[in-house]
Amino acid sequence: MMLMRGNAACPGCPIPREIDALLEVTGQKTVLVVPASCTSVIMGDTNGMPSSVPVVHSAFAAAPAIASGIKAALNSKKEDATVVVWAGDGGTGDIGLASLSGAAERNEDIMYLCYDNEAYMNTGVQRSGLTPYGAWTTTTPEGKRERKKPIPQIVAEHGVPYVATASIAYIFDYQAKVKKAKEIQGFRYIHLLSPCPPGWRFDSSLTIRIAKLAVETGIWPLYEIEKGKFRLTSLSKTLIDKSKRKPVLEYLKLQGRFSKMTSEEVKKLQNEVDEFWEEIQKID
Amino acid sequence: MQVESKVIKGLVGNHAVAYAVKQAKPQVLAVYPITPQTTMLEKLSEYVESGELKAKMIRVESEHSALAAVYGAALAGSRVFTATASQGLLYMTEMIYWAGGQRVPIVAAVATRAIASPWSILDDHHDFVSKRDAIWIQLMAENVQEAYDLTIQAFKISEDKRVLLPVMMGFDGFILTHTLEKVELLPDNVVDAFIPPRDFNLIDFSDPLGIGQVASPEDYIYYRYEAQRSMERSREVITEVERDYEDITGRKYGLIDCYMCDDAEYIIVSMGAWSGDARVAVQKEREKGIRAGLLKVRTFRPFPKDEVKQIVGKSRGVVVFDRSVSYGSGGVLANEVKSASYGLDVPIHSVIAGLGGKDVRPLHMEKVLDDLALNQLEDERWLL
Amino acid sequence: MVNVQEGIPIARPKIGSSGFTGSWRITKPVIHYDACTKCRLCYFYCVENSIDLQQDLYPKIDYDFCKGCGVCADVCPTKAIEMVREVK
Repeated sequence: MMLMRGNAACPGCPIPREIDALLEVTGQKTVLVVPASCTSVIMGDTNGMPSSVPVVHSAFAAAPAIASGIKAALNSKKEDATVVVWAGDGGTGDIGLASLSGAAERNEDIMYLCYDNEAYMNTGVQRSGLTPYGAWTTTTPEGKRERKKPIPQIVAEHGVPYVATASIAYIFDYQAKVKKAKEIQGFRYIHLLSPCPPGWRFDSSLTIRIAKLAVETGIWPLYEIEKGKFRLTSLSKTLIDKSKRKPVLEYLKLQGRFSKMTSEEVKKLQNEVDEFWEEIQKID
Repeated sequence: MQVESKVIKGLVGNHAVAYAVKQAKPQVLAVYPITPQTTMLEKLSEYVESGELKAKMIRVESEHSALAAVYGAALAGSRVFTATASQGLLYMTEMIYWAGGQRVPIVAAVATRAIASPWSILDDHHDFVSKRDAIWIQLMAENVQEAYDLTIQAFKISEDKRVLLPVMMGFDGFILTHTLEKVELLPDNVVDAFIPPRDFNLIDFSDPLGIGQVASPEDYIYYRYEAQRSMERSREVITEVERDYEDITGRKYGLIDCYMCDDAEYIIVSMGAWSGDARVAVQKEREKGIRAGLLKVRTFRPFPKDEVKQIVGKSRGVVVFDRSVSYGSGGVLANEVKSASYGLDVPIHSVIAGLGGKDVRPLHMEKVLDDLALNQLEDERWLL
Repeated sequence: MVNVQEGIPIARPKIGSSGFTGSWRITKPVIHYDACTKCRLCYFYCVENSIDLQQDLYPKIDYDFCKGCGVCADVCPTKAIEMVREVK
């Protein structure tokens, strides 16, 4: 157990297990750099933290730069360790995007994990650039009108050696990606879809089921881009054929945040997902 | 023991500070270009590329990331340096507070410059003084030699176990950064001996720590109290470091500098480059028979309260020259001097001048001192 | 040990950094071992890392910290975990 029990995560929150699974692979010689996010709270306080590896908290927009500095310092001591940014979607794709892009452009030798719960959950469910179309948040009470910002693609465009998506429901796929990333030098990016019971409005017991449905419906394709080469992984390999994918509605209907979506809007989202898979088919 | 082999070179301020940094041998640098600091970044980049300075230069995408990068490196045990100015210092402000709050040894040079809007790339002190509550030691240089000297001292002060605070070395943009002066440089081995190897590291895999954790109200105020105590302790350490430095260079430093203060009736207080102009003004006043003196504040944080009060208390009138204003309150340095002089019955006047690079000459200061001596100086005067 | 000066904010690892989170529970997962096939899905998916594997590979829930989210019951393929309302 690398991330200890008895932490402040909400019941059903996958973050503790996501960190634990990460650290099971990267090991004791890992530094976690954590910008403002749910994990800032999950990590406890000055009287104790659940992490069994060093944790460096960070200003919201600063984590990739802090990680760059830590890595440089460890290199100067010839200390071999994995420096990991562990950031939410807001810290990654909104306020932290410049810093992320800077570190990716410099091809810093760090691993970046974005746990994407698709809104500012720690402050009470406000819309982020990564909130999906149609989703209710406290700042989009009628549902978000804009699409989700495509961060993995944006990072991949920097030409970094490794980009992947992952899901806690496919934990071995996730860990295999972390393992691969650990062995690669340079900037490595893994984007984890991280269901949030209070923010997505679902019962805490459904976290894994919903994470699984995101993959099964094709709304969250599992893939990796290694040295520019795109490859579907795990279940997603079998989903190119549209008939193999479950309707997006099955994913949406379990979550209260999509309850205001009209059937047209659901259709629009389904079309977007299908178009995305057609694109995937072309590159895969 | 004083160094015998003196090397004297003509250097602009930015290059003198870069040279001091090279001699301090940091392992990690991260600097983002901004006028009037940029030529320092260029010089440091040359040192790194040529191998003269064996350090990693992280060429970050913003000042926020510049300080973030050196903050991370400092936590992991590296000696670090960054530099900025004006908008850049404002942009890194969030990280300035992180570094101060976590009490991490970092040295940063600030080439002071006015703040927009409206745009100005020229000198004043608004950027520098705006960081007075960020738990940083703040030193301000008067000339290029002092900028070099204070940079070397800054590393030693910052990393001292009794202190462990980041140190900001301010020096006036363009007036010092781009002005060529004769600088006496220390040999490398003397700097090596002066600054002991850094012994501060919070990232250890055999004893994993959480750094920057949430603090309960009880813990938060305790850590802030400790920060204040460390700031107070630093007075002694700064004085000690400056005494050691005097031993090897013969150049005397202290929290303040006094010029003809001993019998002075009228004191001009200043900080930074125009202290040189103030010296000239004091000389002129003396020639006219007015007993003037200069009190230069070198250490803005911790503020030399006792020293200032002592000097002010012996005088009949004081005028504080400020290149910065706390709008709706008054000159920033003037407010500090007034606060330090609480309980004294000495009038303390404030002059606001030199904002956005507005030229100030000894003549202007003379006029102010004349008016002070004639009891014709307003509480606050702007030299427009 | 890192020599950290007094007054510098740091923390060290601790089980239960937010206390005995078992007290948060409304419903309690109870494993019916007769139906358990030792597939370990509950162990892999327990988001709180609060399920241990015993020597015989049967799972065991650490009730000191289990928050009662019910993920284990939902992922159990043989429905061997029952969520029981806790009466306090």
